Amino acid sequence: MATEPIDMEMAGTCINEFGSAIGMPQLCGEWFGNQIFWLVVALVAIYFILSRIALPRIGAVLAERQGTITNDIAAAEDLKVKATEAEAQYDKALIDARAEAQRIIEAAKADIQADLDKAIAKADAEIAAKSAESEKAIAEIREGALKNVEDVAKDTAQAIVAALGGSADAKTVSAAVDARMKG
Amino acid sequence: MATEAQGEEAGGLVFHPMDQFIVEPFFGDGAVSWYTITNATVWMALAVLAVFVLLVLGTSKRAVIPSRMQSVAEMAYGFIYKMVEDICGKEGVKYFPYIMTLFMFIVFANFLGLLPMAFTPTAHISVTAVMAFAVFFGVTILGFVKNGGSFLRLFWVSSAPLALRPVLALIELISYFVRPVSHSIRLAGNMMAGHAVIKVFAGFAAIAAIAPVSVLAITAMYGLEVLVSFIQAYVFAILTCVYLKDALHPHH
Repeated sequence: MATEPIDMEMAGTCINEFGSAIGMPQLCGEWFGNQIFWLVVALVAIYFILSRIALPRIGAVLAERQGTITNDIAAAEDLKVKATEAEAQYDKALIDARAEAQRIIEAAKADIQADLDKAIAKADAEIAAKSAESEKAIAEIREGALKNVEDVAKDTAQAIVAALGGSADAKTVSAAVDARMKG
Repeated sequence: MATEAQGEEAGGLVFHPMDQFIVEPFFGDGAVSWYTITNATVWMALAVLAVFVLLVLGTSKRAVIPSRMQSVAEMAYGFIYKMVEDICGKEGVKYFPYIMTLFMFIVFANFLGLLPMAFTPTAHISVTAVMAFAVFFGVTILGFVKNGGSFLRLFWVSSAPLALRPVLALIELISYFVRPVSHSIRLAGNMMAGHAVIKVFAGFAAIAAIAPVSVLAITAMYGLEVLVSFIQAYVFAILTCVYLKDALHPHH
């Protein structure tokens, strides 16, 4: 961009005497060669910068990142599998512990049951002994009572016979009472 | 532009929207010969430098977890690589460095051209035409080398009715030869038009009453130009890929 007037002799077919463009500067043939030459230089420079340094480097960096990501994902998968295994082991340990606890409870229950059975059996035996004793005592008492009744009956019968003026020997009376009581 | 109002009607509006495209020697005055270091040279060199800084210095650490600049460089790489792979297929990946070269040069020349007082090499038809013709001749030669005479079947639309094929072949042939023209003028025209429009709005800024509108318009145009700068570089690269695909797979 022209900032000062250009001398007449420098003004070509593309610039007027005031340094302004005549028509479109893009179509000024005087400048084509310069622009094309430097464009080719610039493009070749960029091509070599890109193909020799930049593109292989960026490609390598991207590949390396892809590799790192893939490795990290694989490592994460590994850790996940390990965590799953650990969880399975934990679950298994828990189940084992539960089974063990169940077993201990069963054993304790069986022990208690055995003790209980023993105690009950003992108590039953004692009860049975006690009731047999009692029955015996009751039977004795009953027998004693019957005998007493017989004695009383005989005495009473003898007394009654005597009171009626009869005389009866004890033997006869007792036989009569016996016969009567059996009837 | 208003600074060079000497010798012209003072006080009036001065429009020199095309002066920004003048090529002049960067050191001193004189004629512009083919080897002269001109403003075009300098801004192309800055584009090369920017490519170097982004893609070489930006990735010098080769970090697995990238810095900002490295991730921009990787995004540029991935963007163009994916484009080449999607359009040209696996065998097109070989030509990725060429397309990357064109894209990086155009995108940086466009963006650097948006700086105030900058020169935009890609606004020049001679620059874009060289690239477009390089692509044109490159893919044409590549097409014949890869496919031999069967490359000409590109023009013979076998899916069309037989009677239409000669007509279509003519149209295809014309459109094939128009490719470099549209390819180059599209980029240069977009860049030139945007910059010229900004300059025209800037010329209106000399009138105090219009100046705010002018500044707003310049801002809006600038925003648009930022988009256009990227999109035109993208379009140039994607069209190169499409032409390359035709050379690699000429069968419709």
